[in-house]
Amino acid sequence: MTLVWKTAAEQARAIAAREVSAVELVRAHLDRIAADTTGAFLHVDAEGALARARALDAAAPAGPLHGVPVALKDMLVTEGLPTTASSKILAGWVPPYDGTAVARLRAAGAIVLGKLSCDEFAMGSSNERAATGPVKNPWDPTRVPGGSSGGSAAAVAAGLCAASLGTDTGGSIRQPAAFCGVVGLKPTYGRVSRWGVIAFASSLDQVGPLARSVEDVALLTEVIAGHDPLDATSIAQPAPRLADAVAAPAAGLRIGLPREYLEGDLDPEVRAATDRAAAILRDAGATIVDVSLPHTKYALPAYYVIAPAEASSNLARYDGVRYGLRAGDKRQSLLDLYRNSRGAGFGPEVKRRIMLGTFALRSGYYDAYYRKAQQVRALIKRDFDEAFAAVDAILSPTTPAPPWRIGEVVRPIDMYRADVFTLPCNLAGLPGISVPAAFTSGGLPLGVQLVGRPLDEATLVRAARAIERGAGVAGRRPS
Amino acid sequence: VDALTRDDVEQIALLARLALDDAELEQMRVDLTAILVHMDALAEVDTAGVAPMTHAVPMDLPLREDAPGPSLPPPTGPDTDDGFFVVPHVIEKAR
Repeated sequence: MTLVWKTAAEQARAIAAREVSAVELVRAHLDRIAADTTGAFLHVDAEGALARARALDAAAPAGPLHGVPVALKDMLVTEGLPTTASSKILAGWVPPYDGTAVARLRAAGAIVLGKLSCDEFAMGSSNERAATGPVKNPWDPTRVPGGSSGGSAAAVAAGLCAASLGTDTGGSIRQPAAFCGVVGLKPTYGRVSRWGVIAFASSLDQVGPLARSVEDVALLTEVIAGHDPLDATSIAQPAPRLADAVAAPAAGLRIGLPREYLEGDLDPEVRAATDRAAAILRDAGATIVDVSLPHTKYALPAYYVIAPAEASSNLARYDGVRYGLRAGDKRQSLLDLYRNSRGAGFGPEVKRRIMLGTFALRSGYYDAYYRKAQQVRALIKRDFDEAFAAVDAILSPTTPAPPWRIGEVVRPIDMYRADVFTLPCNLAGLPGISVPAAFTSGGLPLGVQLVGRPLDEATLVRAARAIERGAGVAGRRPS
Repeated sequence: VDALTRDDVEQIALLARLALDDAELEQMRVDLTAILVHMDALAEVDTAGVAPMTHAVPMDLPLREDAPGPSLPPPTGPDTDDGFFVVPHVIEKAR
């Protein structure tokens, strides 16, 4: 039982020291998965994981994750394992290849336990929009785990895997990490290959890890990052070395507090958690500076033009011909085949975003919406560039409020607002991390976010480790 | 933005290749109108002379080596025949 609560790095060390076998570790996790009530897993590959564990136990420990059981958001393409993006339209699809991030995890010795639920095509902030139904927050089963990587966050928080991978287009790693009391890192756009990642919004999507410690997300980022010729937007840089950053003190760092994030409708306990994180960094020798990101209020509308526009184009490939579901009868026209298959296969939120994106790209509306949003995106990026002239990282709450009750948020625009602090980072292409900072009086986890300069994941890890050490909540487990 | 009409929504659904039933069309009209009200805030921003940002990382289009690699296996769609996808007639018969 205590095995599964070790961090990924601790599990790797225990295997390397022969204190435990990979088979024992996999069995311990499979037992917990069998008793799970969160609904985090869509598909469990018990046989495959045990076979891989036996092979690794027979081999000399090689990679940094040798024998460590992990699980993957269902947006990541996996050879021989069903991959559905939590959508009916991909039901039954078994990909013939591994995406690059998955292949690198496996090459480092990680064992894939299975695939994790998410909002359909990663469109949502609560994991209520999976075709298979909602995932429950391990800290309170009446509440959402966040989204879209809700299964990835819940599985790590509930001890169902040592670590997981998610994807983040507007906050989909960091927001559920905050809601489930785990650490989540979205690397710089282009750091991790998008080859073999189901596309949502290609100029924003990025793969990253969720885990129970800052050391773990640093370790997984080192493994999955680095140039990949199969992704044309992959940055031609080697993976960052982050182990030293985990050990480095935060003294001397300059941390900005953006005033636009802290005014308005902020939950008082969220505000207190952010103040506490700032105090921890100050005590650790960092300097806290007020900064301004004046275009912050326009990030949400810009994002909800750009992301749906890109999605409407990317999701055109689900046509009832090449994958998964086909609806309608044999005698229908090709147009009706498309319309019927897509109408039956996509859920309401995915349809809404495809419609929104199609509207924004429509002839006659393009300049007023899409082009305008791209110009505002440039101004948001400029705000960050100017702030980073004065500070090394920017600290804020990860979310405006703690996790809500399942079914509580009904209007689409209210759901979109949950991403208000996380999506500017995607628009600017910057790295961001969410780290647990406190719990509410009701026992719900609260996270804070750090956003850094392009390619500077090291500073995020360094500052987040200081918060993790000072906050003293890393040992808490859901009951 | 003006409230979307039923015709607008039907036209967008056709462009998006989505079959929506009556209830879905009406819900979509209400939802999209409500969402688009929030997008109008973009018009307040002075973007004169600002180049649109199409991507987070400025880079040239990289070219890979023109060398053959392994191919993926033949397609497995909902209806295939001998490695081909089966679809309705793409070119309609003359009437």
